[in-house]
Amino acid sequence: MNFDFSEDQKLLQKTVNEHLRDHAPLTVARQVLESEARYSESLWQGAAEMGWLGAAVPEALGGSGFGYLELALIAYEIGAALTPIPFSSSVYLATEAVMLGGTAGQKQRLLPALASGQLIGTFALMERPGRFATDGAATEFVNGRLTGTKVPVCDGDIANVAIVVARREGDVAVVVADLNQPGVTRRALDSVDPSRGLAQVHFEDAKAELLGDGLGWGFVENLLDRAAVLMAFEQLGGAERALEMTRNFCMGRYAFGRPVASFQAIKHRLADIYVEIELARSNAYYGAWALSMNSDKLPAAAAGARASASDAFELAATEMIQLHGGVGFTWEFDCHLFYRRAKHLALALGTSNEWRDRLVKAIAA
Amino acid sequence: MDFNDTPEEAKFRAEARSWLEKNAKRLDSGEQVESVTLTRSRPETIKEAKAWQAQKADAGWACITWPKEYGGRGATPIQKVIWDQEEKKYRTPPTIFTIGQGMLGPTIMVHGNDEQKDRYLKPMLRGDEIWCQLFSEPGAGSDLAGLRTSAVRDGDDWVINGQKIWTSGAHYCDFGMIVTRTDPGARKHEGITYFIIDMRSPGVDIRPIKQINGATNFSEVFFSDVRVPDRNRVGAVNEGWKGAITTLMNERSALGGGSGGLPELDDLLGLVKQVEWNGQPALADPSVRQQLARLYIRFKGLEYARYRTLTALSRGVTPGPESSIGKLVGAALRQEMATFAMSILGASGALIDADVAAMGGAWTQSYLSTPGMRIAGGTDEILRNIVAERVLRLPPDVRQDKDVPFKDIPTGR
Repeated sequence: MNFDFSEDQKLLQKTVNEHLRDHAPLTVARQVLESEARYSESLWQGAAEMGWLGAAVPEALGGSGFGYLELALIAYEIGAALTPIPFSSSVYLATEAVMLGGTAGQKQRLLPALASGQLIGTFALMERPGRFATDGAATEFVNGRLTGTKVPVCDGDIANVAIVVARREGDVAVVVADLNQPGVTRRALDSVDPSRGLAQVHFEDAKAELLGDGLGWGFVENLLDRAAVLMAFEQLGGAERALEMTRNFCMGRYAFGRPVASFQAIKHRLADIYVEIELARSNAYYGAWALSMNSDKLPAAAAGARASASDAFELAATEMIQLHGGVGFTWEFDCHLFYRRAKHLALALGTSNEWRDRLVKAIAA
Repeated sequence: MDFNDTPEEAKFRAEARSWLEKNAKRLDSGEQVESVTLTRSRPETIKEAKAWQAQKADAGWACITWPKEYGGRGATPIQKVIWDQEEKKYRTPPTIFTIGQGMLGPTIMVHGNDEQKDRYLKPMLRGDEIWCQLFSEPGAGSDLAGLRTSAVRDGDDWVINGQKIWTSGAHYCDFGMIVTRTDPGARKHEGITYFIIDMRSPGVDIRPIKQINGATNFSEVFFSDVRVPDRNRVGAVNEGWKGAITTLMNERSALGGGSGGLPELDDLLGLVKQVEWNGQPALADPSVRQQLARLYIRFKGLEYARYRTLTALSRGVTPGPESSIGKLVGAALRQEMATFAMSILGASGALIDADVAAMGGAWTQSYLSTPGMRIAGGTDEILRNIVAERVLRLPPDVRQDKDVPFKDIPTGR
């Protein structure tokens, strides 16, 4: 039985943790949240230089050639620091999509630039409120031209390239579109977590090309499964940090002559959060195993990891405000950064309900 | 990451399997093991369990983690796990020796004297003598150190008076280990002494307790002027709390994990596919899918947490705090699974009748059995305290009785 990360992998995680501790205190997330900036360019540069953006990309294509277990641990630390960079959009989704489905030419062209951070990628799926539209929705791809509106697109305003789920002759098509071209108009949108921006992206007869030689909804599902595992680690990191900060606050806050952390109402609540995080961590580990082994268990493993992590982070962040009391509701305290990020991540890639439904589909098959 | 044995583990597993293959019958796939809660006190079950234990002992497969000098094979914790995994695949009687072999034996090894080790450990290992743990009292459950059963010195003996409760298997046990109050003038943890007691001593009165599931796994045990020789004392006078802690520490590793023959996740999956709602499998209903997925994620989360614990054991390190959540999550989860299954069955969910009820009434039995799991061996509330204090390092509860002589501590009814 060897159901844990290796010492080398943990060592890598430590370097990520230390880098972010030095360069990404929560004040950086707050700066992005409070300013017009849509992400931290210096943290993005740092992530590129440390090799995190290309963690799973082969060295021959400009990556650092680590692997998915390493990438999962990087994602965990990115989440724990509430790092305000388009990591999930560019790494788990755009880079993954190209690696998984791109032609040799597309890989050569896009992967080195994505791994070096020179290009920011994103993934454009949603067009309207509600669940994933499995029919590819209304954005049309005809004769190398793309027309339609995608909203919300995570990091859509800062990305240079998008993997777009569109419709071609009634079928789902997955295309690559350069976002810096005349046919593309974008608008940054106000959202629950301004430290991780959402945008509306409109394509008007914009140039685009098929990813690979024609991929359908099955490819999108596989991509979502893979991203879900990595996202789960990001959420797990955030959840643990929220619990740790809440625990420390309750130890230092006194009421009725003793730390509030000594009251069972508080102790048991913190214990419950801990339990949910441990369950989420165990499910996430299994997801990481399935992803790294390319296992046919991936759909169930990813769904379990994602739903469990979404719920754990939302619980930890919601209770973080409650257990801080009044100050937790102030702009000044950092609780709302977690509350916002937890919700942003929980909605960004399909809700827990959607993933639970996908889970049942996978296990009942 | 992988789920494979190391070469040494694989070798050990093959050795265990080869012995089991020669000495027991492999379970057929899908064969249900009878619920331990309902069967373990039948006389014929006890006879079979003793015979199987002796067979294992003679071949060196009993209490494998015990040191060789006491008849074990000095096996590592991961080897014990492997042995249990393999033994479970064979048709064997339910174990009725866990409290002795897993908790009391290890306590005697640490706190007992040589005479006690010589006299008791080998018959315990072989299953010739069965042991029970006389800890809880009507007024001392989660607050075990509030125990009031008294032991008073009289020459070479101690005279015990009082009552214990929730004693598993008391009615078929040969020996017990009992914690008693020997100095009511001392603070509560400082006036306790630990003894080995012959359950057939005059003055021991065992009254089985009937549980809500109809089974009788525990008893009340009354002590009226029961004489215990001083040579049965384990550890020093008034220092029995240390021994009690050793026993309780071993409880966590001895129990936990097994489901005791309750229905499993796969049974739940089968049920939602098989039962029809309006001509369609219940599984098609969105609310059923959501609830099923929630239970699945918790069930699997626990399973994967166990893999993490096993990984630590396999690497020879102490498991992390994840190992502390097993019973807290598991007991409530089993209850939720039963409740969910019964709601899938609708009105038929109420049935236990073996011929008519789904799975012979196993879900309804589980509904009636699982409330006890959330109480026995540490209530959900105590376990949350343990997670809070030992894992999250939060302050202990305020204790008003800690520095007061025991006799001055207020009591309720």
